[in-house]
This record gives sequence, structure tokens and C-alpha cells, in this order.
Amino acid sequence: MITLEKNPNTETLDAVVIRFVGDSGDGMQLTGTQFSDTSAMFGNDVATFPNYPSEIRAPQGSLYGVSGFQVHIGSVEVSTPGDNLDLLVAMNPAGLKTNLYAVKPGNTIIIDSDSFTKKNLEKAQYETNPLEDGSLENYRVVQVPMTSLTKEALKDVEGLDNKSITRSKNMFALGMVYWLYDRNPEHTIEFFQKKFKTKPHLIEANTKVLNAGFFYAETIELIPNSYSISPAKMQGGTYRIIMGNTATAWGFLAAAEKSGRELFLGSYPITPATDILHELVKHKHFGVKAFQAEDEIAGISSAIGASFAGDLAITTTSGPGLALKGEALGLAVMIELPLVVVNVQRGGPSTGLPTKTEQSDLMQAMYGRNGESPVIVIAASTPANCFNFAYQASKLALEHMTPVVLLTDGYIANGSAPWKIKSLEEMPEIKNNLVQEVKENWHPYDRDEATLARNWAIPGTPGLEHRVGGLEKDRITGDVSHVPENHEIMTHTRAEKVKRVQNYIPEIEPEFAQEGDLLVIGWGGTYGSLHSAVKQIVEEEGYKNIGFAHFNYINPLPKNTGELLSRFKKILVCELNNGQFVNVLRMNFEEQKFLQFNKIQGLPFANSELIEKFKQIAK
Amino acid sequence: METTVKKYTYKDFANDQEVRWCPGCDDYVILRSVQKALPETGVKKEDVVFISGIGCSSRFPYYMGTYGMHGIHGRAPAIASGVKLANPDLSVWVITGDGDSMAIGGNHFIHVLRRNIDLNIILFNNEIYGLTKGQFSPTSLVGQKTKSSPYGNTQPPFQPGELAIGAQARFFARIGGNAPKEMTDIFIEAQKFKGTSLVEVLQNCVIFNDGCYVKYTDKNVREDQQLFVEHGKPMLFGKNKDKGLVLNGLKLETVTIGENGIKEEDILIHDAKTEDPTMHQMLVRLEHPLVTGIIRSFQDVTLEEREDALTAQIKAKSEFRKTNDLFFSGETYQVN
Ligand SMILES: Cc1ncc(C[n+]2csc(CCOP(=O)(O)OP(=O)(O)O)c2C)c(N)n1
Ligand code: SF4
Ligand SMILES: [Mg+2]
Repeated sequence: MITLEKNPNTETLDAVVIRFVGDSGDGMQLTGTQFSDTSAMFGNDVATFPNYPSEIRAPQGSLYGVSGFQVHIGSVEVSTPGDNLDLLVAMNPAGLKTNLYAVKPGNTIIIDSDSFTKKNLEKAQYETNPLEDGSLENYRVVQVPMTSLTKEALKDVEGLDNKSITRSKNMFALGMVYWLYDRNPEHTIEFFQKKFKTKPHLIEANTKVLNAGFFYAETIELIPNSYSISPAKMQGGTYRIIMGNTATAWGFLAAAEKSGRELFLGSYPITPATDILHELVKHKHFGVKAFQAEDEIAGISSAIGASFAGDLAITTTSGPGLALKGEALGLAVMIELPLVVVNVQRGGPSTGLPTKTEQSDLMQAMYGRNGESPVIVIAASTPANCFNFAYQASKLALEHMTPVVLLTDGYIANGSAPWKIKSLEEMPEIKNNLVQEVKENWHPYDRDEATLARNWAIPGTPGLEHRVGGLEKDRITGDVSHVPENHEIMTHTRAEKVKRVQNYIPEIEPEFAQEGDLLVIGWGGTYGSLHSAVKQIVEEEGYKNIGFAHFNYINPLPKNTGELLSRFKKILVCELNNGQFVNVLRMNFEEQKFLQFNKIQGLPFANSELIEKFKQIAK
Repeated sequence: METTVKKYTYKDFANDQEVRWCPGCDDYVILRSVQKALPETGVKKEDVVFISGIGCSSRFPYYMGTYGMHGIHGRAPAIASGVKLANPDLSVWVITGDGDSMAIGGNHFIHVLRRNIDLNIILFNNEIYGLTKGQFSPTSLVGQKTKSSPYGNTQPPFQPGELAIGAQARFFARIGGNAPKEMTDIFIEAQKFKGTSLVEVLQNCVIFNDGCYVKYTDKNVREDQQLFVEHGKPMLFGKNKDKGLVLNGLKLETVTIGENGIKEEDILIHDAKTEDPTMHQMLVRLEHPLVTGIIRSFQDVTLEEREDALTAQIKAKSEFRKTNDLFFSGETYQVN
């Protein structure tokens, strides 16, 4: 065990961005997660983003086999995984080559020099060795023979083969970074003890290597100074680090318990949504019924069946899967059953960029069905609030008897951040429209006067036997009807029911300027990037007349949207697509002029490009 | 099932909706047979759910007095699976056509059979697309002239039983659309059977494919052309019950008792309950005589039973009772 000597040269920083990169087999995800968990426990605000190849086992050392994990930690509020790296840890040449672009000149790169062999340099398509050819002159490069130091540290540990020895060099790197940022390695050592319970030699080995890295960093003069990031000012409470997809899954668990309905998931695996399925299948102890179906159509169809039978039913997917679900989603609109469809967006069209993020399924969510087919569309905006919006999606579906599409994206779904744990008691009540008793003159399409939600009679209830289906229904009896006026009335009723959800969702509240020159608008997963860029330009660069409004409710829009827009001279809508939400706004507020800023590279907005754009427009 | 259930009649399972199939369509026979079967099963009316796809046949739920859903084309098995998994106490029926189940819904059809969820599927096989007015279907014969094959169909058909048993169907029965009594009995057995039961009805479409089964189902030829099998009984047919099946090498052969020294003991006994599908596949493929009745009825573990057992096991082991237990478990930390 290490007794922590306070690092004497500690410099205090607000926030740092670190990226660990290496070969897929180098354990970078684990290294990054350990670092961010430790920092969170220390009280930092944290945002992380994993970046791994879409190939499962890409050839070792190749450029496309590079796996990375980025961590942004801060003593101030941290809302994105960050753009510019303060520290890059590169375990091989391919990792260095593919990530150097993100390191600002002057910042630090820690490199495993042992891995810069002729063979690895060739695989990374380096013609000369960057450690020798002067190309890294502008960076603070720390070359460490990590592989040999790891071997050395483990020479007395018995029962280790060569492979497990080289594989633990990631812990050497982690040890160094712990020292550098004044972190206590204890949390990670506890993690080894749990993980390798039955393999004491692995606990010993990993602990040894971690400590070796920690002491090495302390000993060598090569590292000029060390930084500390003091705890962030966060609201008091119990926290945990949570990934967006996990938060989504947990939001549904909470909604099921609160509403007293059992949770049914019908799903078919697809990146980047599959982790929600992975998470929910674990929770059979809560009675969760997670059904991996034969395709997306069966996924949603089974969920519709479960909803008909009285469950809180959901289906999870990504863009191509939502396309397949379209017809069934229309059925759910027609038969007016509660259903939540989660679309974790990725780059499209078609297979597109499966592991990259994009916001290009908004139109599909709104309109991707035949006929007049309105659904509620909402979008989560941070990894942690995926919990709230999954909960809210369930609540709206159950209370308004309509399908809800919940949009997240690859960026927030795979990213993680501290979540102030919500206990069930803090969550709002969830009502439902169940009918249990036979009333005289009862009809399946009888509606709640305020919400227009129809009532929900589920099989097993005596006396309420009825049929629903995709054919248009008589507005009173619910029997099949082809009467022209009835179809028009029913079409308006379904639209009005969704529209009235406005009365049950919060108004939009802008941040920063409440009126003025420029209103920056975003929606969904870009909250972190937009928020921090607007904050910077307002607070640090003196643009006091810029406001920021971020939308989570897309259909219907918050009631005060029009009034808000009228308070600003210019409106800039920023999206990771070719301009979809901006067109929703244009349709609703014809009198306004909307400027747009779009990025379609499968990447989140970078801080610098946002600031530049804001300045250009605000001047 | 409860024994105190009031005794229903078929009327309890009907409703006041006007039935809109073409006059003379076998769908009427199937509807009435189902309504007559249900009172015999002891199932409570409120526990019965009919789920259908799209097609003439799929209008069926609208004519029942039970819970029901007229779904989308081909997806009824998936919708019904959701209903059953959500509430295993329900008696869930799937109504589908030959196009609905084997063209657009082929994927769901094979997977529902493979999983063995306790559903009852009635397949209305009229070897044609009825609702869309007469195109060939996956069971239409080669050469069959339809609106979309004016010069004769070139696509070889599926034999539904063969496909189903290949997809691990545990229960498969086939019955002529003009045999309400046998049909009713088969529906009762299908409901009693735990697992997915598939009943193929040879359903005559009077408008677009009239007479496609007459060579088997016509009253005058029926006894000679159909072999109605019953578990444990010799596979005999013919007006005088003097013809039967024997095995000749790996082939089924029709023989006549009294001819060539054949005695009644030589005739094969039908074993519907065996796990081995080999003989069931041979029976399904036979064209003369056409085999009807319950061809396969192998009792196996259902998906719900597997799921229930697993859930019970996990619940017993888990320390999580409420979501709060999960949310506050593991790696949490305090901020003051
Ligand atoms: C997605 C979709 N594609 C096509 C159709 C048109 N359609 C309706 S029923 C049908 C064929 C029905 O044939 P079958 O299943 O044999 O039922 P039958 O009418 O013969 O009882 C078709 C092609 C549809 N309703 N939905
Ligand atoms: S078209 Fe054929 S299958 Fe459809 S109702 Fe008429 S007779 Fe029956
Ligand atoms: Mg048909």
C-alpha cells in the first residue's frame, strides 16, 4: 500500500482533459474508467467518452485498431469530455499517430517507448520514428520504457505468463497519471481485490505495477511538475458515475416501480443502443421482462403486445432499427397504447457511422411513418439526465396513452458523468389510465377530458373485452369505421392529444442573457458543448447579450417557445445534422428568421468552432 | 384453470359485429368452430386474446367477443409473444393467413415456433392472397394462375407443416375447412397443449381460389383421399377403413388390408407425441392420402417456463428488492 506523500510541485488547475490510447488489447477503457471513478470519488466533476474501433478484433498495432478513452475532470463544472488534450497517454505508435491532432502544442504526451519498434512503426505507417525525427518538438514528451519496467516490477511474482505481464503495463501508465494528478491509487487497488478475488497472484501483480508506475513518476525528474484538481463545487448528496445508456435503463426501472407496472423490453441488438438491453436483462430480480427478438419489427411488436396486456413497454434501437419499426409505431399511434421507443442516434443514412454520434434522426422520429401519425418526441441532453428523460418518457406514455420517442445519441449514451442519485421517493408520481370496473356504456376509446388519453382496459379484466386494431376506429364506440368525417375527427384528436402534452411539460428557460442580441439554440446531446461554449463567451469574453436555450421537448415544443424567440435579435440553431430542428422551428414560427450552424462529421461540436461562430454572428 | 367458471356457449364468444367475409367462405366455419371450442376449454372469457395480422383471415378478432387486436401484416406472432410474456395467464391465439405467416411474416413465424411460447396459431391456408384480391402466395402451386401469375406461378410452394416442423414446431395439426367437428376438437386440443400449437386449416376461398382442395375435401372423396390420424391408433383410411400406411424402406406406402397378405397389425400406429420429427415430416409431405388431424404433439418445456424458473432463481439470490437498492449499491460517493 502506498502512503501518499503530498506532491511538492503541485500546481492547481481548474480542469484537465486526458486521453488514454493504445491497441484494442491494451486495456485503455479500463484504465480510463479507473481514473475517472477515482477522480469522481475525490469530488471532481467528471465527463468521459470512450472511443473504440467498430471492428471487434482489429489487427494489433493497426491505425484502425486504436482504442481510446477520454476523461475530463474538473474542480469547476465539467459538461463535455473536452476537446483539447492536456495529457495524451499513448501506448503505441498507432495511438500516437491517430490522436496527436488533439494535443495542443506545449502539452504533455506520455509514451511507452518500448512499443516504438520497427514493426509497430510500420503498422502505424510512420516512415521515421517520431520519437527521433523531431516531429514532437513542440510537445512535452515523456518517454517511458513501460513494457520493460512492468516486466522488471513483476520478476518476482509467480504464476504469470508473458502475456499477462505485458498486458498489465496499462496499470503502469495509470500509476504515473495518478501521481501526476495527485490521486490516491487505493480505489483501484480495491478494484483489483474484488475483480481477482480468486486469483491472488493477479491482485499482487496489478497492484505492484500500479505502484511501480506511481513511484516511477515520483522518482524521475522527467516530469517537471504535477497538477492537482481540487474537488468541484457540486450539490451535496450521494453520487455515482453513470453511463448514458445505463442511466436510460435505470430511468425505466424507476418508472416501472413508481407506476406499479411491470417493465417489458422488446429489442434487437444494434450499436450504440445495445447496452440498454445488456443492462435491463440483468434485472430479472425486479421482474423485468427483456425479450431479445428476431428483429426490430418483432422488438416493437412484442412491446405493443405487452403494452396491450398492461405492461410499461419499451423498445430500444438506433436509426436503422427505427426505420424498421415505423409501421408498428404507426399501429401504436392508431390503437393509442403507451409505448416508449428509444433511438440512440448514430451517423446515417443506412449503416452510416455506427460508432459515431449524430442528431440526424429527428425528422425520422417526428415523421417517419405513413399517415398523420403524431408521437411525443423528447431528447435527453447529458449522460446523467438520460435517467430523467427515460422516466419522463414512461410517464408521458402512460399518462397520455401514446407512443413516445426518446432520442439520445452515441455521444451521451457512451459518455459518463457523475449522477446525483435519485431515490424513487424524489421522482414525480406516475398516473395511468387503467379501467378495472365495468361502467355502463363503456367504450375503449372513452377519453380523459383534459389529456384526451383513452382509457386502458387490459386482458384479464372481466366485462371490458374489446378489440383494437390498425383500422380507423369510430370515435365513440371504437368499432371499425370508414366514415369520412369520423376519420378527420380522429386524426385531429390524435394530434390534439399530443399537442396538449404542452400543458404537462416545463416551459423552456434560457440560460445567460434572457433577452438581447443572440439566442443560441440546441437540443439533445449537444448540451455540454453548447453550454460550455456560451458560458465561456459570456463570462470570459464579455458577450453579455447572448442567451442559450436547450430543448429537451421537441414535440410538442414548450408553450413559451415563440415568446422566447421574440426576445432576441438573432437566433442560431446548432445541430449535428444538416438542419432538422431548425426546420421544426421554422414550421412553427414562420415569422422568425433562423440562422444555423451544422456539423456532420460524426463528432461533437468543438469548443473553438462554436466560439468562432458565435463571435462571427454576435459582432 | 379454475373449475368454478360458468359454462359458456359459443354465443358468449361472439359479438354484435356484422361478419363481412364473402358468403360461402370457409372462414365462417373456422370462426364458429373456435367459438364452439372455447366453452369446452374451461378458459375464462376475459382471459382470451386473439391477435391477428392483415388479410381476410386476420379480420377474425373483430368478430370475437374476447379481447383482440388486429395488428399489422405478418407481425401477429411477435405481438402475441409480447402479450403472453406480459401475462402468462392469458390464453393467446394468433390468427394468420398463408401470406401473412409465410411471406411477410416468415421470420416471426419460424421464431415463434422455435421458442415454443404457449400460443395457439390458426393458419388459414387458402393458397392465395385474398384481401388484396388474388395474387399467388407462398403456398400457391407451381403453374397456378392468379392475378400476379397470369401465365402460371413459377415459385415452388412451402408445405406449411414441413416448414413448421423444420422450425421445431411441437404441435402441428391440419384439417379441412369443411370439417367443423374435427376442427373444433383440434382447437380444444391446441388450447390444452402447453407450447406453441399450429393448426393449418385448408381454407377454401370461394372468390379467388375456389375448389383448390376439393380433391381432398369433397364429401364424396374425402374418406379415400384423407387419412385422419389419431395418436395411438393405426393409420387407416378409406370408406371401409381397409387402407393404411406401412413403411417400405425409408418411404411410406399405401397398402390394402387383405391384399398381398397385409393384416391390420402390419399398419403403422400413429405416435404424435414422440420427440423425433422424422415420421411427422413424412406424414406432412404425403400427398396421397393427405394426412389430417394432429400429426405432431410433442410436449416440451415452454419459453415461459424457462423464463419463470430463471426469474425465480435470480430473485431468490439477488439482494435487490427495490430500484433504490440498485441505485445506491456499489461505487457511490458523497459530496458535502
Ligand atoms: C406492409 C403491408 N404490405 C402489404 C399489405 C397488403 N396486404 C394485405 S393482406 C395481404 C395478403 C394477405 O394474404 P393472406 O395472408 O394469405 O390472407 P388472406 O387474405 O388470404 O386471408 C397483403 C399483401 C399490407 N396490408 N401491409
Ligand atoms: S376473398 Fe376469399 S378468403 Fe377472403 S373472404 Fe372472400 S372468400 Fe374468404
Ligand atoms: Mg391467404
